[in-house]
Amino acid sequence: MTALVLVEHEGGAVKDATLAAVTAAARLGAVHALVAGEGADARSAAEAATKIAGVEKVLLAADPAYAHMLPENVAPLAAQLMAGYDAFVAPATTTGKNVAPRVAALLDVMQLSDVIGIEGAKEGGRTFVRPIYAGNAIATVESRDAKLVLTVRGTAFARAAAVGGSAAIEDVTGPGDAGLSSFVGIEATKSERPELTSAKIIVSGGRALKDAATFEQLIVPLADKLGAAIGASRAAVDAGYISNDSQVGQTGKIVAPELYIALGISGAIQHLAGMKDSKVIVAINKDADAPIFQIADVGLVGDLFAIVPELTSKLQY
Amino acid sequence: MRVLVPVKRVIDYNVRPRVKADGSGVDLANVKMSMNPFDEIAVEEAIRLKEKGKASEIVAVSVGPAKAQETLRTALAMGADRAILVETEEAVEPLGVAKILKAICDEEQPGLVVMGKQAIDDDSNQTGQMLAALTGRPQGTFASKVEVEGEHVTVTREVDGGLETVRLALPAIVTTDLRLNEPRYASLPNIMKAKSKPLAVKSPADYGVDVAPRLTVLKVAEPPVRQAGVKLGSVDELVARLKTLGVVA
Repeated sequence: MTALVLVEHEGGAVKDATLAAVTAAARLGAVHALVAGEGADARSAAEAATKIAGVEKVLLAADPAYAHMLPENVAPLAAQLMAGYDAFVAPATTTGKNVAPRVAALLDVMQLSDVIGIEGAKEGGRTFVRPIYAGNAIATVESRDAKLVLTVRGTAFARAAAVGGSAAIEDVTGPGDAGLSSFVGIEATKSERPELTSAKIIVSGGRALKDAATFEQLIVPLADKLGAAIGASRAAVDAGYISNDSQVGQTGKIVAPELYIALGISGAIQHLAGMKDSKVIVAINKDADAPIFQIADVGLVGDLFAIVPELTSKLQY
Repeated sequence: MRVLVPVKRVIDYNVRPRVKADGSGVDLANVKMSMNPFDEIAVEEAIRLKEKGKASEIVAVSVGPAKAQETLRTALAMGADRAILVETEEAVEPLGVAKILKAICDEEQPGLVVMGKQAIDDDSNQTGQMLAALTGRPQGTFASKVEVEGEHVTVTREVDGGLETVRLALPAIVTTDLRLNEPRYASLPNIMKAKSKPLAVKSPADYGVDVAPRLTVLKVAEPPVRQAGVKLGSVDELVARLKTLGVVA
């Protein structure tokens, strides 16, 4: 079996989520990577992709039509290339989730979304594990389709090494611009901090932070000291303390850092679904019965407004 | 312009799902069911488009059991004009639903399809994208803002790195994210009125669509339980513990 992995890239670099998708794809068989994009950016992303351990070949589709991963243009390209492959694997990022189902429908196959496990170590496995009901249940499903299309949850698979490989680049062309859609712009969240989904430490705040100003006063100094990314519960996002792209949970980002510090987060099911795979979870909350304590490795019951500044001052970094 | 709004009947957002003892699925007997929350947002968005004079008629569609009529009545009570139930007691996968919706689009010729980005039961996040592929139309997924202007719709999308804006030629498929709007509650008079709005009942066979599943569910299990750790008494103890665990210097 040979799998084609959709490479997510930005500014000529391969994004980390792709590396987990490569690991998952390697469980199915040989791995080729597809880089779709424009000009020099796409070429340098393709060159980076040749170095990913386990990737045997990189297909480069360089065309302005593929510049912003518009699914109307990229899906027909991928579907056309799939004539030579048995599986299409994309990271379960907003880009992968946008493109992969469109590819699956063009191939007339059912996609396996958000795969967290592949059963059977032998090549050609068709049994997959995926969360349903916001992670409240785990389904094991088998595909009967001729070709597989899956999106892979990045926190569930180790990242393939970004260096060490030496694949060749093959230029490919696709149908180009379908003329249905155009990219207008992106309002990127500017931050000096690590990205939530790849951060080693995350400091996350909940509704108990009271308002946007308090959220910033308490969370930012601690995150600065730890070099951490900042997350939030859906309640904090809905209350307007911080923008939605910081939301951790089933409806936001799924994270699994080395250390997750939950401040004033009660631990709603949907939040836990987004962070319960973190290695060490610390919870600080004034309510000793908050559900977050049922999954936290280390808990501290008390007043955030006293504890957090004290913690920030006592941590050496 | 006609707007098509597919809606799904799912386990209520506030109910904690229980896995059946035999591992065959999630227990839905005697469990409160509601409209998928993302679909409620889609219905609301369609109604707002109608209120702004951009949409002329809203057609709600559901693929599901007879009881999905209740979900469609909710959509009608919120403000949809008529409804179509494609009745089947079997679970239909996203690809099958997309094929049925494609057939309905061929009949109804909507200018816009607005639907939830995912259902909160199977969490697939596929049907909108698949419908867009099958109809050969553009897709604006995970929408937090939708503006219809002439022959185009401009969609602001919630993506990992921020907010992306795309411009799509109509007809188009839009899938909703949480912050697009806050759905209204249906008023009692509107709930009464909804009872007399038209609701057509069809079957997948009426559309000539094969909805046989492609995936076999081998088992459904509870997620692994994470053990609660220790509660400490002071910040000093917390700092010491974090050092012992090796997660801070």
